[in-house]
Amino acid sequence: MIENIRLSFRGIFSHKIRSLLTMLGIIIGIAAIIAIVSTIKGTNEQIKNNLIGSGSNTVKINLVMGDSTYDFGYETPPQEVVPLDDKSREKIVALDEVEDCTFYRTRENFMNVFCGPTQLESSIIYGIDPHYFDTAGYMICEGKGFAKNDFTDFTKTAVIDKTIADGVFSGESPVGSIIDINGEPFTIIGVAAKVSEFEPVIESVDDYYTYNQAESGLIFIPTDDWGMLFRYDEPQNCIVKAKDTDSMTGAGKKSADILNKNIVKTSVNGENKVLPKYKSENLLEQAKNLQDLSSSTNNMLIWIASISLLVGGIGVMNIMLVSVTERTREIGLKKALGARKRRILAQFLTEAAVLTSIGGVIGVLSGIGLSKVISKMADVPVAISTPAIIIAVAFSMLVGIVFGLIPSVKAARLDPIDALRYE
Amino acid sequence: MIFEIKNIYKDYIQAKQAVPVLHDITLSVDEGEYVAIMGPSGSGKSTLMNIIGCLDKQTKGSFYFDGTDIMSAGDKKLSEIRNKKIGFVFQNFNLLPRQSALENVELPLLYAGVSKKERRRRAKMALERVGLENRMNFRPTQLSGGQKQRVAIARAIVNKPRLLLADEPTGALDTASGEQVMELFEGLNKEGVTIVMITHEPDIARRAKRIMYIRDGRLYTEPPRNEREVQG
Ligand SMILES: Nc1ncnc2c1ncn2[C@@H]1O[C@H](COP(=O)(O)OP(=O)(O)OP(=O)(O)O)[C@@H](O)[C@H]1O
Ligand SMILES: [Mg+2]
Repeated sequence: MIENIRLSFRGIFSHKIRSLLTMLGIIIGIAAIIAIVSTIKGTNEQIKNNLIGSGSNTVKINLVMGDSTYDFGYETPPQEVVPLDDKSREKIVALDEVEDCTFYRTRENFMNVFCGPTQLESSIIYGIDPHYFDTAGYMICEGKGFAKNDFTDFTKTAVIDKTIADGVFSGESPVGSIIDINGEPFTIIGVAAKVSEFEPVIESVDDYYTYNQAESGLIFIPTDDWGMLFRYDEPQNCIVKAKDTDSMTGAGKKSADILNKNIVKTSVNGENKVLPKYKSENLLEQAKNLQDLSSSTNNMLIWIASISLLVGGIGVMNIMLVSVTERTREIGLKKALGARKRRILAQFLTEAAVLTSIGGVIGVLSGIGLSKVISKMADVPVAISTPAIIIAVAFSMLVGIVFGLIPSVKAARLDPIDALRYE
Repeated sequence: MIFEIKNIYKDYIQAKQAVPVLHDITLSVDEGEYVAIMGPSGSGKSTLMNIIGCLDKQTKGSFYFDGTDIMSAGDKKLSEIRNKKIGFVFQNFNLLPRQSALENVELPLLYAGVSKKERRRRAKMALERVGLENRMNFRPTQLSGGQKQRVAIARAIVNKPRLLLADEPTGALDTASGEQVMELFEGLNKEGVTIVMITHEPDIARRAKRIMYIRDGRLYTEPPRNEREVQG
């Protein structure tokens, strides 16, 4: 076998141009497939990263009523929802999938926030517990975060995000300034920023909404101060940070189950009311759906590229048939020296397989180059997939074996005398 | 007895008609013999040799090689006999052009499943036997006709066959190189190798211990009359 492979290499290199032309179909087919697969993989990873946020692995768990998120701005808190306490949090953090967990309240606020004379057009106010910044992936980039007593002593302190800091204070440090929320003055003690900033691709109205929402400024206050502005008994939302991206779905579901224990059944006049419940956002699933969409169109391209492989395979068959005819004497001689049919068969099959495998390797290399070029020119992300490379080389080897079969059988069946007499 | 041919016929089918080439040939060769088969061009010498070499099968009659009925043997058995019991020397050498002399000589050992190291060792020995120890890594194109034929002889004897079959081994060589080949054959025969050689040159045939004559597909022990006249 090793002998056969060695001989194949020698044969292939002694006809360099012919071998290269024969491999061309395989090279083009494999290169196209590798480029397409890399683009699909790149796009998929981008979708996943955009939706999920690379590395942060956080899952939001919101209170929903029927199909829509419970909106606290307009409705009084549902009486069935028992406020969350540290016990629920401990249970959630104890889950295998979960690294950290935070409870918070949030409210969109229009017009009622002032920084000195400047009125903020829109902002989102968060009432947060001590775990929020770590879990949701924020860091303090200026000033300081909340101290322990800020959560218990009604210090009326606030942390703002960079959007407000840049928009209102334009370069000056906001630390120490007063921000007026619903008439209550809060002292700004720090500025927070997302640890990993990512740029979402806007593909739908929903994306646009989410993206722009992030543009409005965020104001964080300790959750105990919430009652001064709104209501003390307002239900909380939850964010859990999963151990890794793959356990996000499980972390979200299990945490929601724990939170749902805080919802008590009540009946009004004997009729069961529709109960609010906690539900985790399944970003992974959303990402999958989008990925499937983009993959299915690209899978068609792979089929088209496969035609090139088929044509390449036929080219290999053609050249192998020529090669068998050319080497009729050699085959006859080998038979006279005692080579069995199966050895001749193996020799030609190996030669075809080595030829197409070399083509496959060159194709993979050109495919990687091609996808780099595509990514530069069309500005789409590409990711090289190792399994795709292995499959591509294995598949080109298979093409060689399949299309080399007819010529090899022909060689093995040659009558030794006809072969020796051949001129 | 190395082989035994009894009343064999060989026809070729040409344009749907059977063309008879060999007629009722009977020949047996014993261990250690040195037989020459003589005859003019087209008389069927190569056809007979192909049958003896288990490359071709007779149309009729029986042929036993070393006790094996060749008529009914399959690819495996035939390959094994050709590989281990017969060494071929052809008129036009039939060396693989892209391989060195050493690699060419190793070929039958490869098919016999001999290990790489052992192949090297035995191939070197065979090349030394034909006096080409300093040409081992030359390719056929870098060798003279006589040297090529000696490589071919080394290849034929490397597996220590029972029978050396040579079809016009000196046909493509000048007298001096032909003489070298003949000396090699005589030496090998003295060492016990059985040789069957085909030729149409009387000088070459005379070197053998026994001469058979073939004419129009028939085998004779005595030279036909006109040939006797030629020889005087
Ligand atoms: N495959 C074949 N089909 C038809 N006829 C054939 C075939 N092979 C050989 N013959 C015929 O058989 C006869 C004997 O051929 P062979 O090759 O045995 O002659 P030869 O004695 O070896 O001649 P030379 O000395 O020229 O080599 C010739 O007449 C030839 O035409
Ligand atoms: Mg002949």
